[in-house]
Amino acid sequence: MTTQMFGAPIRRKEDPRLVTGGGRYLDDLGHDALAAAFVRSPHAHARIVDIDASEAIEVEGVVGIYVHEDLPGRVGEPLPLLIPHPTLTHGRTGYALAKDEVNHVGEPIVMVVATDRYIAEDACQRIRVTYDTLPVVVGIEAARSGELLVHDDVPDNVAAHMLQEVGDVDAAMAAAPHTLTLDLDIERSACMPMEGKGVYARWDRDRDELRMYSSTQTSTGVRAAVAAKLGLPLAKVECIAPDVGGGFGVKIVHPWPEEVLVPWAAILLGRPVKWAEDRREHFISAAHERGQLQQVTVGFDDEGHLLALDVKLWHDNGAYTPYGIIVPIITSTQLLGPYKPGTYRCEFWSLYTNTVLVTPYRGAGRPQGCFAMERTMDAIADELGLDRAEVRSRNFILPAEMPWDHGLLFQDGRPLKYDSGDFPASLAKLKQLVGWDDFADYRRQAEAEGRKVGLGIGCYVEGTGVGPYEGGHIQIETSGRVNVSTGLTSQGQGHETVFAQIVAQELGVRMEDVFVTTGDTRKMAYAVGTFASRAAVMSGSAIALAARNVRAKALRIAADALEVSPEDLEIVEGTVRVKGAPATSMSLGTVSVLSNPLRYAFDEAAQAATQFAGTFDPDKPPVADDEEPGLEGKDFYSPTQATFANGMHAAIVETDPVTAEIRILRYCVIHDCGTMINPMIVEGQVHGGVAQGVGGALYERMAYDESGQLLNASFMDFLMPYASEVPTIEADHLETPSPLNPLGIKGAGEAGCIPVSAVIASAIEDAEGFPITRMPISPYDLWELRRRHADGEIPSLHRLSRTSSKEPTA
Amino acid sequence: MKPAPFEHQAPLTVEQAVSVLTEVGYDGKVLAGGQSLIPILNMRLASPGHLVDINRVAGLDTVEVTPDSVRVGALVRHAGLERSESAYAVLPLLRQALVNVAHPAIRNRGTTVGSIAHADAAGEMPAILALTDGVVEVAGPAGSREIAWSDFFLGALETSLAAEELAVAVRFGRFPDGTGTAFTEAARRHGDYAMAGVGVAVTLADGVVSAARASFVSVTDVPSVLDLAPALGGVEPGTSAWDSALDDAAEAVRGHVEPEGDIHASADYRRMLVTELTRRVLPQAADRAGASDD
Repeated sequence: MTTQMFGAPIRRKEDPRLVTGGGRYLDDLGHDALAAAFVRSPHAHARIVDIDASEAIEVEGVVGIYVHEDLPGRVGEPLPLLIPHPTLTHGRTGYALAKDEVNHVGEPIVMVVATDRYIAEDACQRIRVTYDTLPVVVGIEAARSGELLVHDDVPDNVAAHMLQEVGDVDAAMAAAPHTLTLDLDIERSACMPMEGKGVYARWDRDRDELRMYSSTQTSTGVRAAVAAKLGLPLAKVECIAPDVGGGFGVKIVHPWPEEVLVPWAAILLGRPVKWAEDRREHFISAAHERGQLQQVTVGFDDEGHLLALDVKLWHDNGAYTPYGIIVPIITSTQLLGPYKPGTYRCEFWSLYTNTVLVTPYRGAGRPQGCFAMERTMDAIADELGLDRAEVRSRNFILPAEMPWDHGLLFQDGRPLKYDSGDFPASLAKLKQLVGWDDFADYRRQAEAEGRKVGLGIGCYVEGTGVGPYEGGHIQIETSGRVNVSTGLTSQGQGHETVFAQIVAQELGVRMEDVFVTTGDTRKMAYAVGTFASRAAVMSGSAIALAARNVRAKALRIAADALEVSPEDLEIVEGTVRVKGAPATSMSLGTVSVLSNPLRYAFDEAAQAATQFAGTFDPDKPPVADDEEPGLEGKDFYSPTQATFANGMHAAIVETDPVTAEIRILRYCVIHDCGTMINPMIVEGQVHGGVAQGVGGALYERMAYDESGQLLNASFMDFLMPYASEVPTIEADHLETPSPLNPLGIKGAGEAGCIPVSAVIASAIEDAEGFPITRMPISPYDLWELRRRHADGEIPSLHRLSRTSSKEPTA
Repeated sequence: MKPAPFEHQAPLTVEQAVSVLTEVGYDGKVLAGGQSLIPILNMRLASPGHLVDINRVAGLDTVEVTPDSVRVGALVRHAGLERSESAYAVLPLLRQALVNVAHPAIRNRGTTVGSIAHADAAGEMPAILALTDGVVEVAGPAGSREIAWSDFFLGALETSLAAEELAVAVRFGRFPDGTGTAFTEAARRHGDYAMAGVGVAVTLADGVVSAARASFVSVTDVPSVLDLAPALGGVEPGTSAWDSALDDAAEAVRGHVEPEGDIHASADYRRMLVTELTRRVLPQAADRAGASDD
């Protein structure tokens, strides 16, 4: 039998190459290319009065200097709004190079192309831009007040106002025995891939063809956008995503200004041009996420059952909305997590500010939603004196109630309908793993030692694998080599491994014979991209379907040659053989030869195949009407809806009684992404996600001052956690298969980061005894909260004043 | 993030280095480990016309233990000093502090003398030079001179080193027998610039404190030494008097430091933090003093 590949914790095929320096990233390409650099706005809001490049032109090695008025036709028009929405009534996008006005620090104004990046930056430094500065809108409260405007023609700074309601919230709230209101605050963070963005373009004058490389999460999208912007036939544009050093969402936005300008310059100059984003550029001119103010009003009964949930969100979308309002839509729908809200209303305002634009970052609005819901659950438990896990469990959607339709529209415009999940089982596993019921004893011991500890919990549901589609193409060479292609891109997830596992399993071939290509529009022209935890679900399913097609064709051809029925054949380690009579066999390579009537004996497989050549029917064409030459197959997977993964996390934290330093002592994860293709890779995804979540909970914030300057635009002051800040992650899995796709899988990419801020807030609150409503939280923040609590500005949790509590942690 | 054009000068001797520095004056910067300088150049926060790269200069890469000091040459990397057993044997404070200097990769390249010449109040080693009553050895066109630490640090990133001078070594002073030292700091992330840090030296004679001093990281604008003898002098560690002496020492620290707030922590928080760190680190130093005072 072929070794079981699907579900095995196989080591990543790509790692020996990537960890030994064999990766080929954008900046490893095009050493002969001209370099682009940009003059970017130093002001958050200003009119451009004059641009004087006369001194820069003198710099030796400068090839071209371009401003907005140099950009012809569509190149000079606003960048596209990728995902319009009926409620996005005031969508605005920027220009590739700013026209007349800048709306955030970092907006590109001038592009310099020179013989190398050093010279390009020398020239940038000599360009004098004169500005008339304008009043600046920074922060959600300033945007919400509407006193000052980011865009003159956008009243109150409101890009979108959206409301979804299920049931009669007002009536249910009025009738609820208990109500609570929580005001919550989540600050900005960002994806921060190790490799920034980058573009490299070459123009082939003889063939009028553009070849471009981009460090992107969607090469098909970039290709189509660039062809449209530059007025090129799609057939004359190729876009390739080379090895990409992380994306986490920021590279799904397209086209970035540079993705239009660099190819445009390459064509104009007839020379290859490259731009590799540096870290400062990434901070001030890529994208951020997370920032929201939230107000939750909840009505519930004496047992803690939700009766009414009324949520208002104010979402900071930055200066422009090229990616629409996906983030607040996801927050407003995924907020519900594993719970039945009774009745639910969510209203959000997506607001402009003079800051870097906001687009999805791993989790894409879910961490904020999870924070709102889980803070609410803890507040209900505290109000009623109930165990926090018990309150959650009383509100769970139960396995027997699946599929569960919330009656809302999800990010893809389709119903928010959970396909499967076993929340009670997940919670039971989590309580066991973290020792939930033993924590009270642990706390008593710690207190006796003068230590403050707290236990926190957070649950989430994540819609993954949104459509519309992905495709898979598989072709088997006469050598037996299996070439697999899918159009979505890879940023280090391990696609070369998991897609090969699927193919090995479905076809019956060896892992080492399978070679996976992703993100190359020459190989697969129809694809969407890598985001929304969709690669395994979408491309994995498409590749499985394609593999099944190829397998059927291989069996058909082999059956014909071996003169047996296809049902009597099996494929084991690349050989088609008769079940029970394995000597009667042929390799898939031989089948590949037979699949092509043009059969020059170039190789051993072709020579071997001659024994099966047999006789042919002179009345039939060499390739039958319903056949194609070659042993290959292609298929697309297009689901009716997303598939919903879930997870539950718990943490034990310790806070220093004097310095308020916060240490995570334990971090436990129960994760359910359906059937796992490769548990090792799933676990790696969870670990990476938790690490980013820890960053969002305890370290990362975008420190804008009131004039819109980002004060911490470097890794010295923007505190991404190091390995030393990330706790050991104890993870266990549940596998509740999805009924929606052929493999039963759900997405896992974003999962780890979603509940971390909620979990850490819950644990710190538990340790401190007063509510935590704002994340991230630093030692200094906690120290200040303690001071305000001591001064009576912040109330204590009820549990502290209760003599008998049902909460085992009290 | 590419530096502006500069001339790369690569002298082979101290004399050549001084000669180049004399020629280029304030348009030159000395490059040793480059762990602060290169990012500053790349971000174009400075654009010197000349980099005087001393990495090829012979004779600057040694650690020497003398009866009253540990002498560290200008090309000794932090990691080299950290791992020097002879230096550790006579002045364990060096290793106690050096493990807090950024991360191993940075310590492998960055030099101790370079970090002192950079004179960042958030740097550990300027504070240690102060705590050990150290000296900077300087070569200049008029010959060599020595600058006591207290005359060396003038302000944030500012020293009394002239443009044409090269710091060729520093000498960290050794403590008298019966001295224990300790260093601690609190940073937002392991290896970051500290929000606050403190190094202490406690000397015991006949079981009671005869001398005690502290210097600080990130909470004073130039390295400074606080004499803690008024608070701790004559007190026996571990006694009830010791606890109240620690309170007095903490109060002295609170009055001495002048922290500034930034995006990571307020001035008040830093003042509280360095006070608490001092309280926690003094008993460690006293324990070590006790161990050597037998």
